[in-house]
Amino acid sequence: MTTETTPHDPMPTAATDAQRPIIEIRDLHTRFGETVVHDGVDLEVREGEIFALAGGSGCGKSTLLRELILLQRPQSGSIRIFGREILGLDDEQARSLRRDWGVMFERGALFGSLTVSENVGLPLREHTTLGDALIDEIAAVKIALAGLPPSAGAKRPSELSGGMRKRAALARAIALDPVLLFLDEPTAGLDPLSASRFDELVRHLKRLLGLTVFMVTHDLDLLWRVADRVAFMVEGRIAGIGTMEALSTSQEPLIREYFYGPRGRGAREQAWKRR
Amino acid sequence: MDDAVRSDPPRPGPGDPTRPSGEDAAIEVGLDAMRCRGDWTVLRVAGIEAWLARGAAEGLTRPRDGAATAPIALDCGALRSLDTAGAWLLHRVIATCERTGRVVSLAGLRPEHAALLEMVAATAAEAATALAPEPSALARLGETVWRGGGQTRELLVFVGEVATTALRSLARPARIRWRPILYNVRSAGFDALPITGLLVFLMGIVIAYQGASQLRRYGANIFVADLVGLAMLRELSPLLTAIIVAGRSGSAYAAQIGTMKVTEEVDALRTVGIPPLEQLVLPKLVALTIALPLLTVYADMLGVAGGMVMAKSELDVGFADFLERLQYALVLSDFLVGIGKAPVFAGIISIIGCFQGFRVAGDAESVGHRTTVSVVQSIFAVIVADAIFSIVFNRLGI
Repeated sequence: MTTETTPHDPMPTAATDAQRPIIEIRDLHTRFGETVVHDGVDLEVREGEIFALAGGSGCGKSTLLRELILLQRPQSGSIRIFGREILGLDDEQARSLRRDWGVMFERGALFGSLTVSENVGLPLREHTTLGDALIDEIAAVKIALAGLPPSAGAKRPSELSGGMRKRAALARAIALDPVLLFLDEPTAGLDPLSASRFDELVRHLKRLLGLTVFMVTHDLDLLWRVADRVAFMVEGRIAGIGTMEALSTSQEPLIREYFYGPRGRGAREQAWKRR
Repeated sequence: MDDAVRSDPPRPGPGDPTRPSGEDAAIEVGLDAMRCRGDWTVLRVAGIEAWLARGAAEGLTRPRDGAATAPIALDCGALRSLDTAGAWLLHRVIATCERTGRVVSLAGLRPEHAALLEMVAATAAEAATALAPEPSALARLGETVWRGGGQTRELLVFVGEVATTALRSLARPARIRWRPILYNVRSAGFDALPITGLLVFLMGIVIAYQGASQLRRYGANIFVADLVGLAMLRELSPLLTAIIVAGRSGSAYAAQIGTMKVTEEVDALRTVGIPPLEQLVLPKLVALTIALPLLTVYADMLGVAGGMVMAKSELDVGFADFLERLQYALVLSDFLVGIGKAPVFAGIISIIGCFQGFRVAGDAESVGHRTTVSVVQSIFAVIVADAIFSIVFNRLGI
């Protein structure tokens, strides 16, 4: 254990609580053969915030997410989550780390051979010694929390609509009450109404469960309405980071294009009207 | 110490395998008060679950003087942390006490924990109504029979649809898709030559070998040609060929159509105006009806060849003698009986394979399941059909 503030400091003040970084990425480089994906990424996600990573298609944001959740390894650099270096963990350490975060994949990645309730209960069965009946009850709570009707629990993922599948995937991601929640394109493929309900859901869960959320998205509405801070990625680097208001005044040409393109303007006006 | 714990401790050290700061969830029960301690989090509540399962909450919380309605205080001041699983169990503790008629008054619960508890209690009422009762064994049996009957009816409907599609195609021969037919003849027929040939050749050897020891005893060596010829041409080569093709091509049909259903390609075909049956089923049916009889002829030849090799080495019956005897042993109808079954088997295999493919619904697992079912059902149906043929031919004296 290092001498820095440990997560279980008995008397943390409110100030240090908000400042404590949950994810720290330093000088990250990733290459696939000749293709450079990340060219020195630096990023910090603080405890209790909803952090969004935005950027165009193919700019390396999904790869970064996969590296954070230990599905892929960068060539060099450092990633610290909960203050621990995650590159070079052994299997047991990785397992305990995975217990503390939940991941929701873009297409849900629900297991087709299990019901929704079994999907949600799977992490609980894997990581706890609780009885089957209790696990089913907790799964039912999570399913309700994700905004699904109770009848959805007995269904197979293939019987659900796209929006319900996303909610089921979210219910599985929060099964273990994670400290950190990763969302990959949470609103992709949803109609505007379902997407805005999903926005509300993420905010509600964050408040209720005290989550830190890291999401990858290019949904401008989601960025405006939900994200506390946004990092904008261009060609393997972080081109800008800050609140949406701050980013929208950025002089970086690619960011300006992103925000002041026809769709960007619309989303911005909507967001202003609501405030 | 108590104060330090109460001053909002952070969540137990995430990412730390040993979790030194964690403290297992616990509950102390007095006469008119209960006290929660520790981390009521998903990894630490197993003790509470066991405590509830023992029914301890009901017994212990009843006051001695018999006043069952006496209020009971639940002190959560020493509760270090609470997550959904913990909140659910806390809710269960409260619900258990309230079922015994006691009013629970909560104290010392932090606002964020109270919100969580309230949410869990709200969903509990909703979830309780959702659990459907487990069906009884009799109900399950009935359901299985009903489903089996439904499947048979659907199969008949499918056969009817294929037949009408085939007639419609015949009325407009220009619409017949020759390319997929030829492709299927190659993949189901020509590509199956090596495996079919090898298996039937070995079967010929086995028949001759088994017959040899019996025939030698009576000095009837030459009759090995009758044995091998009749067994192969009439029964074994059509049956073996059909079973191999059912495993090779019937499964492929089910998997192909099933995957196309999952990826909505079947619906896409419909929207561009191509009837899926015409595009996917008819070419396979026609191709297999052509390929399977041809394969059977080939299997006849190799099966007899296998028997000839064994006859020469075990019974000293030369190839020329064997073939000469075969001319006397076999009549044309023996050959035709075998070949005549092949188109029927082809129909069974392609129809069942395609039918199961169309029954795929939803996901990858369903494709695997339906493929297995198609192979099992088509082999079963082929053998049943073969038995019916035997009876019919016997009655007809062929």
